[in-house]
Amino acid sequence: MAPRKTATVSSRKTSAKPANKASNGGPVADFTRDEELKAYREMLLIRRFEEKAGQLYGMGFIGGFCHLYIGQEAVGVGSISAIRKDDYVLASYREHGLALAKGMTARSIMAELFGKATGCSKGKGGSMHMFDKELGFLGGHAIVGGQIPLATGVAFAAKYKGTDQVALCFFGEAAVNQGAFHESLNMAQLWKVPCIYICENNRYGMGTSLERAMSSHDISQKSCAYDIAAEFVDGMDVLAVREATMRAVERARKDSLPTLLEVRTYRFMGHSMSDPGNYRTRAEIERHQERDPLKLFSASLMEEGILTDEQFKEIEAQVKDQVEKAVKFAEESPLPDPKELYTDVYATPLDAHRN
Amino acid sequence: MALVTMREALNQALREEMLRDDNVFLMGEEVAEYQGAYKVTKGLLEELGPKRVIDTPITELGFAGLGVGAAMVGLRPIVEFMTFNFSILATDQIINSAAKMLYMSGGQFKIPIVFRGPGGSAFQVSSQHSQALESWYAYFPGLKVVMPSTPADAKGLLKASIRDDDPVIFIEQERMYGIKGEVSDDPDFVIPLGVADIKREGTDATIIARSLMVPVALKAAEALEKQGVSCEVIDPRTIRPLDINTIIESVKKTNRVVIAEESHPFCGVAAEIGAEINERAFDYLDAPVKRVSGADVPMPYAKNLEDLAIPSVDQIVAAVREVAYMD
Repeated sequence: MAPRKTATVSSRKTSAKPANKASNGGPVADFTRDEELKAYREMLLIRRFEEKAGQLYGMGFIGGFCHLYIGQEAVGVGSISAIRKDDYVLASYREHGLALAKGMTARSIMAELFGKATGCSKGKGGSMHMFDKELGFLGGHAIVGGQIPLATGVAFAAKYKGTDQVALCFFGEAAVNQGAFHESLNMAQLWKVPCIYICENNRYGMGTSLERAMSSHDISQKSCAYDIAAEFVDGMDVLAVREATMRAVERARKDSLPTLLEVRTYRFMGHSMSDPGNYRTRAEIERHQERDPLKLFSASLMEEGILTDEQFKEIEAQVKDQVEKAVKFAEESPLPDPKELYTDVYATPLDAHRN
Repeated sequence: MALVTMREALNQALREEMLRDDNVFLMGEEVAEYQGAYKVTKGLLEELGPKRVIDTPITELGFAGLGVGAAMVGLRPIVEFMTFNFSILATDQIINSAAKMLYMSGGQFKIPIVFRGPGGSAFQVSSQHSQALESWYAYFPGLKVVMPSTPADAKGLLKASIRDDDPVIFIEQERMYGIKGEVSDDPDFVIPLGVADIKREGTDATIIARSLMVPVALKAAEALEKQGVSCEVIDPRTIRPLDINTIIESVKKTNRVVIAEESHPFCGVAAEIGAEINERAFDYLDAPVKRVSGADVPMPYAKNLEDLAIPSVDQIVAAVREVAYMD
């Protein structure tokens, strides 16, 4: 039986700086002060970016579907802070925040939302299909659970090629009901591939609660069926997410083993922009907002003297400016050339075969 | 050159391409220790080892998607479906991931992958194990679809498919693994995708046939020769890209067309080719384009019914006689 944790209560208190050991004896969450501030800045950037995206969607600048990451910032930032630049990230359609955390620019993401030629996918992918090959951000996939076998294959390839790269695969708890999840975890442990499956349990698959969709609600328990290491972790605590991911990354890099992380979080906004919200109460949302990951982290940073009031305001202003510049960039960017309609369908276009 | 079976020709192509490029690997159900359900992968595990030749669990969606993911970061997977019937479980990954990845990533992620295995009718295995799915896959921009009808074509086209940078659906006909033909042993013997082959030249009517229907059409052409009708038999070999030019040139010469296929007629490949001919060569036609398709029913088990569901030599002969206004 693979190691399986039943609880992670990691937080600043249990991994006090300078942290030598996490609460469970795992690897150290050796965040420097600068890195902590950087993480806070990234979380705030995601929050402000998404707020702006929601606003621009309402104004008609952004089309299609738009799934915001507000409330889940600690998951993406905490986990991606635990991997290297050359590691891979694959995500669902709720991926703007994860793309930002992987180092993609607000400009390229906003331009993609605007359907502009300067977008990260040249305006062909939109909100649900952000990609950046250079930065190892491999989508943006819009069929629930579809990215899970893909991430397994990315990790398989890393092992095949003998690199020590790992893949992080993000998906919501509703994806756990898809066959793709179960098929992937089985293969991952069978073939020992360095994939870290991060289930962002935000309690709702669209408007259907976990309890109404899943016969057994404990997602980390699903790992037992595949003898795969698992933990559950507080998704509102960025440091806890980082620590749990670090343990998983070590397992992946050193022993080429997969891990299932259930990260318990909450989305403060609707499923998409057209969500009526009638499946949960205002009080429930407010209860979760009391544990807003940004508020928790900033309070903790202030308490530790890492973040001053002045810096707090300064970061807020810088992030606001960054988002505004991204919007301006997106607005001023050209639409894709009509000729782009027919490019990128094939690496070797059909016509080329006839020569 | 050597006389080999379709099965052996495919095996040679797999072996040669895996020896040529370490990034090529093969995965599927029973491909390694069992040596392949149809023995196409015989000997590959022994020669290339378990890293390159991988037995999968029965988990088609999973391993198809795993292959696409591996292709995103530089590997060149060959994914065998024990039969294409089982690819139906994997269509989300084939269609939504493999076919669209390059486009929706704005050209960043090519997917060099081959999905291969037997398709079409088999011998008395009834509805779920006997069906032609090429029109499904050919429908999607982003996929290429290849269907060989001879051992030489099988080898040359499979090698080209493995070397191609796009996802290729490579459908082998389940009844044809044992047919024999001369095949080149040159390791660089490659047949480019998108080039039709004129299997028999003729002047009075064009029969367009693929896969299992090619030998049937050739027999029909022999019979018609005796009746004074000279038939040209064209095998497109790849459905996407379709070499429509070779077909149109033939139509301009013969002015009469029969399209034979074992798949269902409705929304099928023959319907597409017929539409292309109407659009491009209507003025050259002396008769409406005639299709001879498989019966529009699930495949039955009973031998006599199964025979009736698959186009026969006689049906093709009758169709050519019809477009030649002979009866």
